[in-house]
Amino acid sequence: MSNAFIAFQKNDETRSIVEAIIADNPNAIVNEQPGMVKVDVPGRLTIKRQTVSDLMGRDFDLQELQIHLITISGHLDETDDEFTLSWNS
Amino acid sequence: MDMKANKKLGLKERYALMTRDLEWDTTYEPMDKVFPCTSYEGIKIHDWDKWQDPFRLTMDAYWKYQAEKERKLYAIIDAFNQNNGHLGVTDARYLNAVKLFIGAVPHLEYMAFRGFSHLGRQMVGAGPRVACLMQAIDELRHYQTQIHSISNYNKYYNGMHDFANQMSRVWYLSVTKSFFDDAYTSGPFEFMVAIGFSFEYVLTNLLFVPFISGAAYNGDMAAMTFGFSAQSDEARHMTLGLECIKFMLEQDPDNLPIVQRWMDKWMHRGARILGVIGMMMDYMLPKRVMSWQEAWEAYYEQNGSALFNDLARYGIRPPKVGQLAAFEKEHISHQLWAGFYQYGALTSFHTWIPSDEEMDWLSSKYPNTFDKYYRPRWEYWKEEAKQGRRFYNKTLPMLCQTCQIPLLFTEPDDPTQISYRDTEYKGEHYHFCSDGCKEIFEHEPEKYIQSWLPAHQIVQGNSFNPGTDPTAPDFDVVGAVFQHYNMQHGRDNLDFDGSEDQKNFAAWRAAATKN
Amino acid sequence: MSTIDLRTVSITPLRQTFDHLAKRMGGDKPASRYQEATFDIQPVENFQYRPTWAPEFEIFDASRSAIKMQDWYALKDPRQFYYGTYTLARARMQDTAEADFEFVESRGLFDLYPAECREIALKFYLPLRHVAWAANINNSAVAAYCYGNSFAQPALFACMDQLGIAQYLTRLGIAFGDTDALASAKKAWLEGPEWQDLRRLTENSMVVEDVFELFLAQNLVFDGLLFPLAYSHVENALTTRGGPLVSMLTRFQSEWFADNGKWVDATVKTAAAESEDNKALLAKWTCYWRDRMAAALKPIAALALGDQAEGVMTEVVDQFNVRARKLGLPV
Repeated sequence: MSNAFIAFQKNDETRSIVEAIIADNPNAIVNEQPGMVKVDVPGRLTIKRQTVSDLMGRDFDLQELQIHLITISGHLDETDDEFTLSWNS
Repeated sequence: MDMKANKKLGLKERYALMTRDLEWDTTYEPMDKVFPCTSYEGIKIHDWDKWQDPFRLTMDAYWKYQAEKERKLYAIIDAFNQNNGHLGVTDARYLNAVKLFIGAVPHLEYMAFRGFSHLGRQMVGAGPRVACLMQAIDELRHYQTQIHSISNYNKYYNGMHDFANQMSRVWYLSVTKSFFDDAYTSGPFEFMVAIGFSFEYVLTNLLFVPFISGAAYNGDMAAMTFGFSAQSDEARHMTLGLECIKFMLEQDPDNLPIVQRWMDKWMHRGARILGVIGMMMDYMLPKRVMSWQEAWEAYYEQNGSALFNDLARYGIRPPKVGQLAAFEKEHISHQLWAGFYQYGALTSFHTWIPSDEEMDWLSSKYPNTFDKYYRPRWEYWKEEAKQGRRFYNKTLPMLCQTCQIPLLFTEPDDPTQISYRDTEYKGEHYHFCSDGCKEIFEHEPEKYIQSWLPAHQIVQGNSFNPGTDPTAPDFDVVGAVFQHYNMQHGRDNLDFDGSEDQKNFAAWRAAATKN
Repeated sequence: MSTIDLRTVSITPLRQTFDHLAKRMGGDKPASRYQEATFDIQPVENFQYRPTWAPEFEIFDASRSAIKMQDWYALKDPRQFYYGTYTLARARMQDTAEADFEFVESRGLFDLYPAECREIALKFYLPLRHVAWAANINNSAVAAYCYGNSFAQPALFACMDQLGIAQYLTRLGIAFGDTDALASAKKAWLEGPEWQDLRRLTENSMVVEDVFELFLAQNLVFDGLLFPLAYSHVENALTTRGGPLVSMLTRFQSEWFADNGKWVDATVKTAAAESEDNKALLAKWTCYWRDRMAAALKPIAALALGDQAEGVMTEVVDQFNVRARKLGLPV
């Protein structure tokens, strides 16, 4: 199965986002690089607004991901509550 | 009370009202007069409403988030400049990657800004129109932040001072210029496949990983920051490229062969350009991130296979370039650096022979090819240079009519034989570096016979300043071209060893460590 | 490296700026970020191929307009907007707009708003989101096809701004209670007799070929007549009758019109001052589009202002003429 992935600039906000991905995607593989953190998940990667909000201790809007994103792979679907990347095959 | 109605709207419905619902089919002017560009390529669209918006940013959110990015970015650039951050890079050789960058990339971004403005005008559906316009303004951002980040380097180092004029004149920059001019002059759907899909979606990681991680590894905080900041926009652009491919393929089965041909063409052209990135990664970054071969395997072969497996359900097969690149990934960076090394008198950056330690690194990364084909050449040139005969090639190279790179790549089955292809068209003879470039020409000869080839232009006398007399007995062609390029001989060009940049950097660094 | 204090090194730069900027400034001195971001970035020579979608033109081609400039970079943006300053300026405006919408929604101010004013607001303002959409289309053409980056860049900003305006008007509609209001307004835009002259005019403008004429029609004339009517006269009338609710929710538009006008005025003034030919052409275009726009606005002015519409439109046109004459146009 192909990996869907997402990469962020490393900072305090993305620390919580990555933590949320790990919590919600049991197969997540985290890869740390200089200034950047990349998370791969086989097939489907989901970011849940509520999990990120809980970890940050404040309301989080999924569109805030815009500020930190570096790259993604997979088809994107975004609602108010979930941001999902997936491959069909 | 119905005032709460807005709270009930989900992101998708709300976004639809904020974009699609704004458009209407014109009746006082026919639609095909208002949007005249979307049919001549042969792509059939039956229902523009089937377009899926991947990111749903309204302008208020766009301004808010982008302003936040800009605040951060300029704070870092200011701090970097105020603290003489340029003296913190690993080695002054690194700066030559920055020179190559400012020579080629802001111009590409600029063309993307104008090209996506054009698509933002011409696309019929509101969904793609708005996405294209957002990309247009992002691209404007990118060339500006690049110039702003590099501006301070220009104050202290050579080779960057006239990038704005050089982008349309210098021989190796015609490679990137022709790439984008080609996309820009194509129809809107081909532009999307060229830039939105092939470049942004498939190849962008290959461009930005070496540039950004390379900058990070080599202490260039300014470039790292604008690179990462620009990438945060790219994620949006990538989804636009992929969405457009799916949209075309889902609209009509007749679109498949057209899209497939564009993918073949643009992945080939893109891979040709990215060879330069390979050269940067393997030769120009003093501290290396990974080899070009490793990057190609990770970001094209593995990542690309996820994508092309996924698109197989539409009948798409992986682009042809994959086979060529499977061979070239072990050669291309060495061949290009050797090319630039020879022509190092006509570049606005410095070239050099890799150190012994660097050659050992190359041997370990390229066990099948480096020692066998390339090390002997560097050892020879090293010896020549030691004897005071640093090799500068003063002939004009033959250029590929399509990609405009000098014919320096080798045959896929024989790395000792330069790959030449040629064809006749209307009584004229045209030359190519590869089957891929020849096929592109043969499909659209009327386009590619227009190519502005720098070597030809020099021979035709079009690359000299006004008042130059090429018939004068002591006429120095290279010197005249150099003047036209506005390069400063002995400062911008030649070997890194002995350059002003090398001396200044060493002196300034020494001043920072002593009282 | 981290042990070295690089700040303490005092070194003399080799040069202050890039050659193309030194040439424009008449010497080697530090350039502003606006200058760095703006000048001479658009390629002007050695284009590789002609556009397959417009083979009669080069990729960037000054002959896309009958207006002639010795140097297209004489057109400058007095706000000195490059991307960074532009987004920061708009982000500040959106912060205010956000707070206004928030305030109105959280205090239930819609409930207190007189029904008669609400009806006018919905009927008059909501179809204007389609007018803003047309403006967005027109300015995307200016950004794509005009010559010189100091012109293209603010055109794209204005293009995105008009999309923002269309979205704020949409939001006004949603905030007033229902998406049905948006649907009715769209129906009025497509079929309502009051709106057809305006719709015809915007559609006619979309096929204008001369890029400077298009810029002028959209930014000087259309906006120059519509915005004073909508965001000054109609807004004031509603404020008098029902309080400042609509005023708050259209504040972005009023502020934007003043801001964008600085660029529009500077551009028109400079182009007119360049030559008598330019001036005559600009005046001719201005009169042509002004007369059509003024006529097209009359029925919708009447929707909002009743029998005062006639007088208000005369005032709007008079003020527009004063502005145009100040820019050097004999109108």
